[in-house]
Amino acid sequence: MFQWRWEFAWEITPRLIQATGNTLIAAGAGYAIAVVLGLALALAQRSPYRPLTFAVREFVEFIRSTPLILQIFFVFYVGPQIGVRLSPWTSGMIAIGLHYACYLSEVYRGGIESVPKGQWEAATALNMTTLQKYRRVIIPQAIPPALAGMGNYLVGIFKDTPMLSVIGVAELIHTANAIGSEHYRFLEPYTMVGVIFLAISLPAAGLIRLFEGYVRRKLGL
Amino acid sequence: MNMQDVTGFPLELAGNDMPMVSFRQVHKAYGPLVVLDDLDLDVAPGEMVSIIGPSGSGKTTVLRMLMTLEQINGGCIYVDGKPLTHMPRNGDLVPANQRHLRKRRADIGMCFQHFNLFPHMTALENCMEGPVQVLGLSKAEARDRSEELLEMVGMIEKKDQHPSRLSGGQQQRVAIARALAMRPKVMLFDEVTSALDPEVIGEVTNVIRKLVSEHNLTMLMVTHQMGFARDISDRVCFFFGGKIEEQGPPAELFGNPQKERTRQFLSAVREAV
Amino acid sequence: MSIFDFVVQYWPRLLSGTAVTMAQFFLAAALGIAVSLCMGLMKLSQNPLLRGAAITYIEIFRGTSLVVQLYWIFFVLPLFGLSIEKFTAGYVAVGMNIGAYGAELVRGGILSVPKGQWEAALAINMSPAKRMWRIILPQALVNMLPPWGNLMIELLKGTALVSLISVADLMFEARQINASTFLSAQAFGAALVIYYILARFLVTPFMRWLERFMARKLGRT
Repeated sequence: MFQWRWEFAWEITPRLIQATGNTLIAAGAGYAIAVVLGLALALAQRSPYRPLTFAVREFVEFIRSTPLILQIFFVFYVGPQIGVRLSPWTSGMIAIGLHYACYLSEVYRGGIESVPKGQWEAATALNMTTLQKYRRVIIPQAIPPALAGMGNYLVGIFKDTPMLSVIGVAELIHTANAIGSEHYRFLEPYTMVGVIFLAISLPAAGLIRLFEGYVRRKLGL
Repeated sequence: MNMQDVTGFPLELAGNDMPMVSFRQVHKAYGPLVVLDDLDLDVAPGEMVSIIGPSGSGKTTVLRMLMTLEQINGGCIYVDGKPLTHMPRNGDLVPANQRHLRKRRADIGMCFQHFNLFPHMTALENCMEGPVQVLGLSKAEARDRSEELLEMVGMIEKKDQHPSRLSGGQQQRVAIARALAMRPKVMLFDEVTSALDPEVIGEVTNVIRKLVSEHNLTMLMVTHQMGFARDISDRVCFFFGGKIEEQGPPAELFGNPQKERTRQFLSAVREAV
Repeated sequence: MSIFDFVVQYWPRLLSGTAVTMAQFFLAAALGIAVSLCMGLMKLSQNPLLRGAAITYIEIFRGTSLVVQLYWIFFVLPLFGLSIEKFTAGYVAVGMNIGAYGAELVRGGILSVPKGQWEAALAINMSPAKRMWRIILPQALVNMLPPWGNLMIELLKGTALVSLISVADLMFEARQINASTFLSAQAFGAALVIYYILARFLVTPFMRWLERFMARKLGRT
């Protein structure tokens, strides 16, 4: 039972590769949602309308302080009950996208806050509208310091995809569980899943560090 | 020159004129940059030696090597007759291991330019730390000793304050008490007034003055305070380029410098005052 | 059924689930802190073996997700003779996972202590162990507390995953109630709120208090 069987490992590799593809797509899609939604949340927290700022702030704190897996369940089960038909994929994407949007909104806020006050004042002096200020002056300067955080969360999303297995999304752990139950052997599937995660997340983390260094140098920091 | 070439160096120093501190052909270099160039320096017991010179001349390195904060690249340093940087083995001197360093280090104490008091302890606790944790004294003994020393440096009233509540001059005085609590044979002062506001420099120099007159400690002091050095030193060494350019009693060195570089340095310093 | 009625009816199960969650939290936190200290110090060591071991541990536990680690510890380790009961497997996995992240915080905290402190401790001839324990770590602690606060929240959220190996925590109870009653919004909603309360009104205030306490000990107000 505790002997590694290479033939078995070889046999299940194609399925695991397909599951890896699914995982990467899920992570990518979730991240795309998070990047856009996160910006909206960050800007909303900077609005002059106190009620909006307060509501968004509390919402973001709530999402960040509660487990993602619970949020996934919530979206998946409650969706149909309020009349929205959601496939496991869709609920998963919504939950992950929302969760990480809240994380990214903090990263964006940090980046925006790091832009010197003088930039805002210069933009006002040129009589720019708020939209122009953000688009042309602030956000371009806010992005470089935020890149490290953004990169880390991309890797983080990838590592959180196994939570989708509980609602039936055919990603890596779900596939490993299926293989394990079918063949009564868990050693090879789980270990290989672990190795696949390492093989993707470690180089990704390394690349992000390199990228961060590159951006820092380009900005003369 | 490396640490192994100590053949011919004595296993220990002895005799009536045994120096308390002895640098024998001490060499320190960072790659091509030579910081100490085969330095020979003897300090007699109870002697107070001031070390002056331009930055980069190696003066701070002398102290740091004595405190084992830096490793030497060549030669040997002796403290109280016994080798510090090396240890005897089978009749030869070999580079010292950590255990030997810890034993020999007990004879030396140091005060730093930036005080380096432990911020999470009060003044009294800072002084007691060494005696209790390193010397194994009981808390009561350590407290008595520390309070006596804090009294001597004029900080007894602030003994329960944290360093963040003390001025620079006050912190430095506590630092001196802390070092003395270990009862070292040799005290090192590394530019201890350089980080202080001018008006509090006197607090610290007065304490050192007291030490010189009331105690028989051997002291080495790196300083920019020429007047002070002149007042209290037994000998002044002018360092230049990793070597002692000139040395002698303060009256002679300051009053009648022989070497050109010494003259240039002293006049530049006088102008700056 | 309104959420109020729901809580009134199901509070015993919610309470027992919460108790298990908190037990998992404290045990995982204790283990995580111990592992962080250990790995953080090892990573700073001069010895390349110790450093390598620490780096390997940290990269593996940070590079794979907690779900994968949980499954591995619970399903695969028994195959090597190490059979762990699920409650233990739960907090061990979470603790070891958090330990990998915490190690970096410990390392950062220690590196942020000014060099002069190391030298002053050496000048009074302290042994390396005493120096680390009495001088460096207390100062490092204050510096690393703010990010530790975030890590503690992540720990709390991480404990929700132990429900996947059937540990009867809050998440598990919520799923059970949902499975039998289909009151998804109430069950998962109540669970979300409880996690939020634990995070916002227990963990975060405690960490803030700890920060103030440590700052006072350092003589800063």
